[in-house]
Amino acid sequence: MQFKSDKIVPLLILLPSLVLIGIFVYGFIGQTVYVSLTDWGQGAALAENPEINLIGFKNFGDLFSGFLNSRFRQDLVNAVFYTLFLVSGALGIGLILAILLDRGPKGESVFRTIFLYPMSLSFIVTGTIWRWLLAPRGGINRLPTMIGLPAIGFRWLNSRQSILNFNWQNLPQITAIVVGAVFLYIAYRQWRSRSKKKALLSLVPTGLLLLWALWGARFTPAILPTPEQHGFNLATIGIIITAIWQYSGYTMALYLAGLRGISEDLREAARLDGANQFQYYLNVAIPILKPMTMSAIIILAHISLKMFALIFAMTGPDNAETSHPAVLMYLTTFRANNFAKGAAIAVVLFLMVAVFIVPYLVSAYRERRA
Amino acid sequence: MLNRKTIVLAAISILVVGLLGTSLSVAASSHMDDLSGELEIFSWWAGNEGPALEALIDLYEEKYPDVDVINATVTGGSGVNAKAVLKTRMLGGNPPDSFQVHAGQELIGTWVTADRMEDLTWLYNEQGWMDVFPDELIDLISTEEGIWSVPITIHRSNIMWYMPDNLEEWGVEVPNSWDEFLEVAPKLEEMGVTPLALGTNWTVNHLWESVALDVLGPDKWSALWEGELAFDSEEGIAVWEKLDEIMEYVNDDYSSLSWQQATDLVVEGDAAFNVMGDWAAGYMSTVLELEPKEEFGWAASPGTDGVFMLLSDSFGLPKGAPHRENTIAFLKLLGSKEGSDTFNPLKGSISPRLDSDLSKYNVYSQSAAEDFSSDRLVGSLAHGAVANEGFMNDFAQVMEIFLNSRDPERAATAAQAIAKQNGIQ
Repeated sequence: MQFKSDKIVPLLILLPSLVLIGIFVYGFIGQTVYVSLTDWGQGAALAENPEINLIGFKNFGDLFSGFLNSRFRQDLVNAVFYTLFLVSGALGIGLILAILLDRGPKGESVFRTIFLYPMSLSFIVTGTIWRWLLAPRGGINRLPTMIGLPAIGFRWLNSRQSILNFNWQNLPQITAIVVGAVFLYIAYRQWRSRSKKKALLSLVPTGLLLLWALWGARFTPAILPTPEQHGFNLATIGIIITAIWQYSGYTMALYLAGLRGISEDLREAARLDGANQFQYYLNVAIPILKPMTMSAIIILAHISLKMFALIFAMTGPDNAETSHPAVLMYLTTFRANNFAKGAAIAVVLFLMVAVFIVPYLVSAYRERRA
Repeated sequence: MLNRKTIVLAAISILVVGLLGTSLSVAASSHMDDLSGELEIFSWWAGNEGPALEALIDLYEEKYPDVDVINATVTGGSGVNAKAVLKTRMLGGNPPDSFQVHAGQELIGTWVTADRMEDLTWLYNEQGWMDVFPDELIDLISTEEGIWSVPITIHRSNIMWYMPDNLEEWGVEVPNSWDEFLEVAPKLEEMGVTPLALGTNWTVNHLWESVALDVLGPDKWSALWEGELAFDSEEGIAVWEKLDEIMEYVNDDYSSLSWQQATDLVVEGDAAFNVMGDWAAGYMSTVLELEPKEEFGWAASPGTDGVFMLLSDSFGLPKGAPHRENTIAFLKLLGSKEGSDTFNPLKGSISPRLDSDLSKYNVYSQSAAEDFSSDRLVGSLAHGAVANEGFMNDFAQVMEIFLNSRDPERAATAAQAIAKQNGIQ
């Protein structure tokens, strides 16, 4: 009896939340995936019993290679750059701030509060404030005039310039080269760990991918009928700055806790071995901070995929230059009534988040078992 | 114990009174004055449009004191957030008693096609509205199956604003066509004046429709929406080409300015003209306290004199509205002369009724009302009259393609493609 209730009681306690999460999280993820495979959104989309047909992966195909969906593709490119810059910017600035505070300057707690404070604001509030600061005729652009210099003319939020352009038609080749490079790296690692057979095996896909990308691709049909340039839009810089401003305090707090957790003995030992401050941080402290970096990357990366509110507050729904798949999903679903395509965009976003979260969960699970 | 007893008693008495109330209202449904219960009105009228709605609700409550009016407002310009909330409510089977919707395809293409509205033809006949609203307006809110909403406001989209004193100083006349504008524009630019003030993205769509109305004329404009004229036809491309020329003479920071800030450019003398709907008159006279006609002037946007491009807010009766009788009373008030003339002077719009009491309106509205009764009426694209929501949303993306590439032919091709996709052609 004792044994049984041991299992039953926890199960009973967990059951309500399992059921609720099953319905409201996984059930609706399933529902969204289903909708993304239909044509819901034609004609009477909002009828009580709308006519919905399964059409397979057509919505996804349209998004990635349809003539009219160039905004989705630019949004996807934007999302990649938002993630890249938010993660690297917030990690870098957070680390520098943490190291400065770690050295115990006067008024440390005041600075800590000041740096951490932006995180407690909502994206709507920061977005509104920074929209004013970055306005073309005011705020930051007017600062130099206070000391008699000409005003800055840069359009933080509405520049139409873009750099690092590439042709979307070349995307399959670019992907093939990147994946090939990853296999090459794996082969190199295996070679180093003296499993030459495995290394040679890994070289096969590398060779095939590179061969296709450099030579074979010209025989496969293009994914778009016409060339289409996408790149890093300079108008996103304003939004990136705002996001970094808001979240570097958070990484600072994470790193500072990590730095404070390093025992004084270790620092003493490093000093005895002749390491100066710089060497101590580079060779001793930062490697110890690796778990913090990992969790910060996960958190920041998924925040960067949820920047909807910040973008909506700063540049509004129709400014495609700074847009994000999440904004497009909202417009496609609720303004254009195209529920199926909106769901397809949501699924793409979901997969992007999964790319960050799943490896983290797997490694965390493994660590706990070990 | 005592406490619980009182609660139970109270609950029972509320139930009894409630039952009596409903049975009474059923019995007395012919006497509208005895209406009771609730009435939930869903709109995006907040901020400086709020007082107009409040005044209308006050009038309703005066007539039907037993009805509890719930003013459900979701803020956000031209209803961007309200429409999303409304759609989730309708899909969830929880419609409000009545909701604000732009007359035209925003109503027909979204809600009537989905069979969510009740036909109001009987109400139009009963109230004699067939004769007081202009035919073109009734056409906008009708299909062959019926009439689907009651219009409450009229705004005009194709207006060009300017400061008469500034124009005199610069020696510039109000252009009568976009070609005339393009002639004076270089002259203005030489003087350091931006010829045309422009704001955020939707105001470019707004400019597009005024340009199109000049290039195409009202007949072909209507043909465009009936699928008789292709967007990528010669005329269709000509609209984009004209817009391309005009875009050379706008302020280069337009995409980060609100429409009010674009109007400010004209008021402050940094820019000469601005094309905007007539809510700009309300902004200039109420917020900036400028005297209409004396301090700010207006004309139909170049080449569109004699044509009134309209947009209109309307309210309908959704199927399954929880308080149908109360809603019908509300719709009657909306369509009445009294309701219309209470609401519109405060909102800064004009009445859709041709017999409204003009003495209650300001100088601008009086002139607009005069044009409304004599001009040819056509519907606006940027404000939901002529095209369904799918097309409107996609058109914003076509505009982005144009602004990035500045390629008229490419934009026209894309416009044709989205017209096809959204069932216009």
